[in-house]
Amino acid sequence: MLNTKQGTPPPAAGRAGMKKELPEHFKDYRHVWVFIELERGQVHPVSFELLGEGRKLADKLGVELAGVVLGPAGEATLYAVAEAFAYGADLAYLVEAPLLEDYRNEPFTKAMTDLVTTYKPEILLLGATTLGRDLAGSVATTLLTGLTADCTELDVDAEGSLAATRPTFGGSLLCTIYTLNCRPQMATVRPRVMAMPQRVNKPIGRVIQHDVPMIEEEIVTKALGFLSDGQSSTANLAYADVVVAGGLGLGAAENLKLVKNLARAIGAEYGCSRPLVQKGWMPADRQIGQTGKTIRPKLYIAAGISGAIQHRVGVGGADLIVAINTDRNAPIFDFAHLGVVTDAIRFLPSLTEVFTHRLSPHSRDKLAN
Amino acid sequence: MHIVICIKQVPDSAQIRVHPVTNTIMRQGVPTIINPYDLFALEEALKLRDAHGGEVTVLTMGPPMAEDALRKALTYGADRAVLLTDRYFAGSDTLATSFALSQAIAKIGETFGTPDIVFTGKQTIDGDTAQVGPGIAKRLDLLQLTYVAKIASIDLNTREITVERRSEGGTQTLMSKLPCLITMLEGTNEIRRGSLDDALRAARSRIVKWSAADAGIEDLTKCGLRGSPTVVKRVFAPAARAEKAEQIETTEKTPRDLADELIAGIFSRQPALEDELAFDGDA
Repeated sequence: MLNTKQGTPPPAAGRAGMKKELPEHFKDYRHVWVFIELERGQVHPVSFELLGEGRKLADKLGVELAGVVLGPAGEATLYAVAEAFAYGADLAYLVEAPLLEDYRNEPFTKAMTDLVTTYKPEILLLGATTLGRDLAGSVATTLLTGLTADCTELDVDAEGSLAATRPTFGGSLLCTIYTLNCRPQMATVRPRVMAMPQRVNKPIGRVIQHDVPMIEEEIVTKALGFLSDGQSSTANLAYADVVVAGGLGLGAAENLKLVKNLARAIGAEYGCSRPLVQKGWMPADRQIGQTGKTIRPKLYIAAGISGAIQHRVGVGGADLIVAINTDRNAPIFDFAHLGVVTDAIRFLPSLTEVFTHRLSPHSRDKLAN
Repeated sequence: MHIVICIKQVPDSAQIRVHPVTNTIMRQGVPTIINPYDLFALEEALKLRDAHGGEVTVLTMGPPMAEDALRKALTYGADRAVLLTDRYFAGSDTLATSFALSQAIAKIGETFGTPDIVFTGKQTIDGDTAQVGPGIAKRLDLLQLTYVAKIASIDLNTREITVERRSEGGTQTLMSKLPCLITMLEGTNEIRRGSLDDALRAARSRIVKWSAADAGIEDLTKCGLRGSPTVVKRVFAPAARAEKAEQIETTEKTPRDLADELIAGIFSRQPALEDELAFDGDA
C-alpha cells in the first residue's frame, strides 16, 4: 500500500524511460471502449462525458469508438445504446441478462472481462463512480493490466499509447501515467471532470450482442433492496448549475445556514470544503474537492474557503468562481474570477437579500416597466 | 472469527508542500498518519471482534517506518500486526500492491487462521485510487463488497453477511457470504481511543516483519516496478492561472452596496444566468 506508484512517484531510475515493447499477442488490440454506466435504468451522465473524450482518442488513433452496455433486456439498455450513438459511439457491445439487473460485482466483472478478451479493445474507459471504481479494479486485476484512477486529462502520444494524467498528492502535482506491455489500457475519470459533448441527432451504429456465460445460481451475492436518496439529494451537487459552498471561515457549524439560505434563494446546491466534513459540520457527500465531488457549475460561490489545492482540483471547471474571504492572500483568489475581501458571516445575509430582491418577479416586473 | 485489516501509512496530505522551483514534494517534516479511511475500517473490525469473538490482524506494506502505523493500530485494540517490507516492493502500482498484499494475507491465513473478512478503507488519501481493495479481492477470489456504510448483520453459522453499500443515487442492500473483502466508507464509526491495557500491550507487542520470501512470494516479477503495468512518465505542477481574481473594492461600502456590486459583476459575466436563476429560485 505504501509506495503505490499512483501515490508516490517511483525513483528516478524507474522505468519511465523504458521503451514500450508490446507483446505480440496484444498487437491486435484495437478501438476505444467506454463503459456506459446504467444503474437502475438510468445512464450516468459521466458515460456521455467519457464518450466525448473517447471520440477524440479514437479519432487520433483512427479507430472506432464503442459503448459497452450491460443490463437486463428491456427499454433501459436499448435507450443506453441509442444514447451512446447519439454521443458519438460508432458501435455498441450489448450484454443483456436478468442477472445484470442490480449492480453486483461478480456478473458485471465476468461480462466485461469476457467482452474484452473476445473483442480486444486497446483503451477502456469507465466513470470513477462507486459502480465504475468497483468494476474497474476487478476487471483490471482479472486481466492483469494497468488501471489509472481519476484521470483529469487523456491523450494519445505519437506512438499511439494512452497518456493518462491524474492529480497526485491531493492535487499538488499532476502525473502522466502509461500502461506498458499490457492491454487494454484502462482509466477511470470522475463525473464532471470532462465537458459534456454535443448530442447529435442521427444516432445510428452497429450493435454487437454477447452473452454472459453465467446463471443466477452461480452468483453468491444477492441484491436485497435499494433505497433511493430521492430528488433533492446530494447526487445533484456534481451537476448543479449554481453551487454555494462554505469553508472554515464560517467559524461555526450554525453559520452554515447562511450558505444554505443563499443556495435556497438562488436555486443552487450547497457544499463545503474538506475541513467541515472532518469537523462533522456537513456530511461527506457534500464535500467538494479532490477527495470529494468535482463540480462544473456556471456559477460557484465560495464563502470562507481558503482554496487549498485539493479544493481547486474540484472546482477548476466552473465557468465563474466568486470568492468571499477575509484574507486577501488566500489561495482562492489565485483561481477565482471575482473576489470580495470581506467577512462571509456578515456579508452572506446581505448577498442573499439583494439576490432575492433582484430575482423576485415583482422587482423584475418593475424593472421591465 | 479472524479479521484481517489492511492499512496504509500516508503523509498528512493537508501538510504537504511542493517545492516552488523543483516541483518535487517536500516530505521533510511532514507527519505521517494512518490513512483516515482505514481507521473507520479498523473500528468496524474491532467492533465485530468484540461482538463475535476472535482476532484482528492488521497488515501494512511499506518501508520499515510503517511500523509506527501498526503500533498505533495496536493501541486502538488490534491483536496482531504484520509489516510486509522488502525493497522488491518499491515502485509498486495498484496491481503489484494487490498482488503482494494478497500473498501476505494468504500467508497470514496459513499462519494465524484463515480470515473470514478482509477490510480496507474505501481509498487512501495519497493515491486516492480505491483500486487496491478490489484488486486484493480478485487476487484471493474473495467476494467483494465496496463502499460499505454499514454491516447490517453477520451469521457465523450460515456464513451469511448483509451490508448496506452506498451507490450513486442511494443505498444498496447486499447479502453475501463469508469470506469476503469489505471496503469501508468514512463517517460510519466513532473511532475508539483504545484502552490503557491496549496501549501497554501495543508497547510490548512484537510486530511480525515479513520480507517477500517470508510471505511466500516466489515470483518477484509480479512485485514492485517489474510487476507494475503502469508507469509514471512525467510529474509536473498544475499550470497557474494568468491573472488573479478581480477584486471588488470594499472600503466604505455597506454590505448591501457590496452585494449589489458583486451581483452586477456576476450577471455582467454570465448574462444568461439571471433569467435562469429567476426561473429556478423559489421566488
